[in-house]
Amino acid sequence: MTLNQLTAHEVINLIRKKKITVYEVMHDIFNQIDKVDNLIRAFLVLNKEEALKQAKEIDIKVKNGENLPPLAGVAVAVKDIIATRGTETTCGSKILKGFIPPYNATVINRLKEAGAIIIGKTNMDEFAMGSSTENSAFGPTHNPWDLERVPGGSSGGSTAAVAADESFVALGTDTGGSVRQPASLCGMVGLKPTYGRVSRYGLVAYASSLDQIGSITKDVTDCALIMKVISGHDNMDSTSLNLEVPDYLKSCQAGIKDLKIGVPKEYFIEGIDPEVKDALYKALKIFEKLGANIEEASLPHTEYSLPTYYLIATAEASSNLARYDGVQYGYRAEDYEDLSSMYQRNRSEGFGSEVKRRIMLGTYALSSGYYDAYYLKAQKVRTLIKEDFDKVFSKYDILVTPTSPTPAFKLKEKVSDPLTMYLSDIYTVPINLAGIPAISLNCGYSKSNLPIGLQIIGKHFSEETILRAAFNFEQNNDVEKKKPSITPAKHKGAAE
Amino acid sequence: MKEEIVIGLEIHIQLMTKAKMFCHCSTDYIGKEPNTNTCPVCLGLPGSLPVLNKKVLEFAIRTAVALNCEINQISRFHRKNYFYPDLPKAYQISQFDIPLGVNGYMEISLPKSKEKHRIGITRVHIEEDAGKLVHEGNIASSSYSLVDYNRCGIPLAEIVTEPDFCSPEEARIFLVKLRSIVQHLGVCDGNMEEGSMRCDANVSLRDAKTGALGTKVEIKNMNSFKAVKKALQFEVDRQKRLLAEGEKIVQETRHWDESKNVTISMRSKEEAHDYRYFPEPDLLPLKVDVKIIGEIRKNLPELPEARRERFIENYQIPKYDAEILTSTKSTGDYYEKTTSLYPNSKVLSNWIMGELMRYLNEEKIEIDESPISPEKLVEMLKLIDEGVISGKMAKDVFEKMFKTGRDASQIVKESGITQITDENKLFEVIDNVIKENPKSIDDFNQGKEKALNFLVGQVMRYTKGRAKPDFVFEAIKQRIKK
Repeated sequence: MTLNQLTAHEVINLIRKKKITVYEVMHDIFNQIDKVDNLIRAFLVLNKEEALKQAKEIDIKVKNGENLPPLAGVAVAVKDIIATRGTETTCGSKILKGFIPPYNATVINRLKEAGAIIIGKTNMDEFAMGSSTENSAFGPTHNPWDLERVPGGSSGGSTAAVAADESFVALGTDTGGSVRQPASLCGMVGLKPTYGRVSRYGLVAYASSLDQIGSITKDVTDCALIMKVISGHDNMDSTSLNLEVPDYLKSCQAGIKDLKIGVPKEYFIEGIDPEVKDALYKALKIFEKLGANIEEASLPHTEYSLPTYYLIATAEASSNLARYDGVQYGYRAEDYEDLSSMYQRNRSEGFGSEVKRRIMLGTYALSSGYYDAYYLKAQKVRTLIKEDFDKVFSKYDILVTPTSPTPAFKLKEKVSDPLTMYLSDIYTVPINLAGIPAISLNCGYSKSNLPIGLQIIGKHFSEETILRAAFNFEQNNDVEKKKPSITPAKHKGAAE
Repeated sequence: MKEEIVIGLEIHIQLMTKAKMFCHCSTDYIGKEPNTNTCPVCLGLPGSLPVLNKKVLEFAIRTAVALNCEINQISRFHRKNYFYPDLPKAYQISQFDIPLGVNGYMEISLPKSKEKHRIGITRVHIEEDAGKLVHEGNIASSSYSLVDYNRCGIPLAEIVTEPDFCSPEEARIFLVKLRSIVQHLGVCDGNMEEGSMRCDANVSLRDAKTGALGTKVEIKNMNSFKAVKKALQFEVDRQKRLLAEGEKIVQETRHWDESKNVTISMRSKEEAHDYRYFPEPDLLPLKVDVKIIGEIRKNLPELPEARRERFIENYQIPKYDAEILTSTKSTGDYYEKTTSLYPNSKVLSNWIMGELMRYLNEEKIEIDESPISPEKLVEMLKLIDEGVISGKMAKDVFEKMFKTGRDASQIVKESGITQITDENKLFEVIDNVIKENPKSIDDFNQGKEKALNFLVGQVMRYTKGRAKPDFVFEAIKQRIKK
């Protein structure tokens, strides 16, 4: 057993008890990265030197008996769409290759102040557009449970890093499921907070009205720890809400007796993997056993979620990504004749095909003559979807659903068929449209030993409730928790 | 066909808040090293977000209220999307369907009419300014463009009028008054040459008989009040000529070329941008408390019209003088300063509107940068009153003061151009003049009063203007009568 295999809260305790040093922790972390990342390819950039330096500084504080900040010594991997001062931030795109931000995202500052150590930047679908991390300009990331399979996306690098014990915690971003879907496919805990709960300052925008930074952790306790640190008002983000951040760890401790759980019938669609369905039913039994009341619920506008999402997200993206024109920074084509050919070449050569597809779709949706039929219509449907949730939450405390209709799929399986790929976000997208929080956590494994995730959805700013439900489930789940064994050959079995 | 002129204006004013619209960078960008007055937010770097500077809202409300607008208690921001290197986000944060202020008006008075002409204000909204492209030599000869982002994110208020102007002169008068208003509000310095106030116009012709509106042409790049008038006149004439020749007017945007005195076509309607406006998701709807609007309305400073009336009343000067003295805030301030130091307010207005403005215009200097301060002007006027210099001599002294920035008393002392106070010396000259001009004496005695003026003039000639004219006049009169 090496230290990197522990959870963040275990490591924090051992450091405080002076049983281990932060330097030893970092040593094991980077050792594991050296050992497995050539197979996983979770990281784009490592921050080893700085990480070891920080580790020594914290060890001195421990030695001197100084007060330690809450995350002292915790290794954090950061999705490469979150700005890190002095460290390249590419968003998985050729167009931002070499871009080094002169500023930190607010979450990075908060993590650093809390003593966390940023160990590197992780791979992702270009500009967070994708569900498999295959849309990265720097090659795909592999699922630690089966290297021939995708880790999910777009936060695939962050999630795979945590699943492969290369980091205790990772930051991801979730616009339509990009934290929860990979968490589900890699057997991790992924939380997408309420829109406005975590500052977006420094998060490179894909779809501004949907984007939220979320965490990927090995268990619910770590999730509660991280959320406490990164949540809260930021005067650099006008959409961040000024609301006190509760002690999530404490909220987890209560039980869930009499918790009213709704299970939306519309989520049991054609195409849902029977193993996923079974795992969910088993999970519901556990909730029942813990004293929760479970009922069938209805979200009638669910079927419009994907088309609505793909109009609003792409419309905002077409505007958000227009700044990558190669004038100020980023990719510049070798030659061009005039301004318009410079723009054309920079953007044609700098962006990948999925990004270009979404920019075109979004540009079309906003064009004069089409705006009302597409963008405006989508906004109206978004309101209906929100109202669906408002209604069910007047009856239920939480909703429980699958996170993804299938376990991890094979690399290249869906890459040439965008519409099938889009379907893997069918359970996660409505949550972003409604701006509410949801957490994905493991509830079991398929026969071929692939993790299956369960999604718990709450009303606005009810992170306490969904964390409590998740924690209770995690503590009482009768499926034994596994770790992937990472082997280059075709691999089916679990280890340990 | 007889045509009527139809003109509407779109004016942008830079709001003089301390910080930019969405970040903490300074608005004092002119003359700074390129790209030093910037931050991740106004550079639109990835991940940066806008946060509205509340002062911008206050300044814009002040402007809208002064222009008699209704204030929308909830308005919102939109993104205006287009590609240009001076626009780092490739969209401008602006307002679109729900602007801050709507349905206002401003009254202007026209020189030949007693009635006031009411110009409708369609809307007042806020938006951010873009950067600037810089070229070596000029844009046509340079093989590359440089971008200076220092101006990015400077707050602007856009004021759109109804097409209520019937002549280029009306448009000019409106602009002069608007400048004075925004100066008095303290929201903008109104400098068209430096671009802190910019004006575009829509020009069309209407059939006087049927009332049918003609095709609208947009005119840009007018960088002074004079340019506005000239460009609009050129455009009106161009459209009239086209119609007379049986040609059609094309809907397009035209640039005023100051050096050639013509408007040149920039782009036609077909080439017009599709800005793909949509609500800005990074900013919340803009809510304005009614109380705040009331507070701002209550605390509006004195506006030029009220100030003009006060000048007429308090200083007993003609309306014409008061109009000119309130045409910019600093002129009014200058005048009021002098009136606090010197009792004769009409003499003051004469000097300011005459000599001072002439030199300022020649040197293209604003009155608040005048080398002759109100104190210096008053000192000179007192030298006239004390008889040290004559009114005529004062004009020379004034010129020297303007050119050197020195005090009148210093100039007078050093150049020895004081009046001759030695009466015996003057009598000597007067006697000589009388002796040399017997014919004039005869003329005077035959009742030609004007002959006396000639004699006074002769004395002034001999003394190089240093004699006191009143004294000489009286002295000659008495001697001839003898």
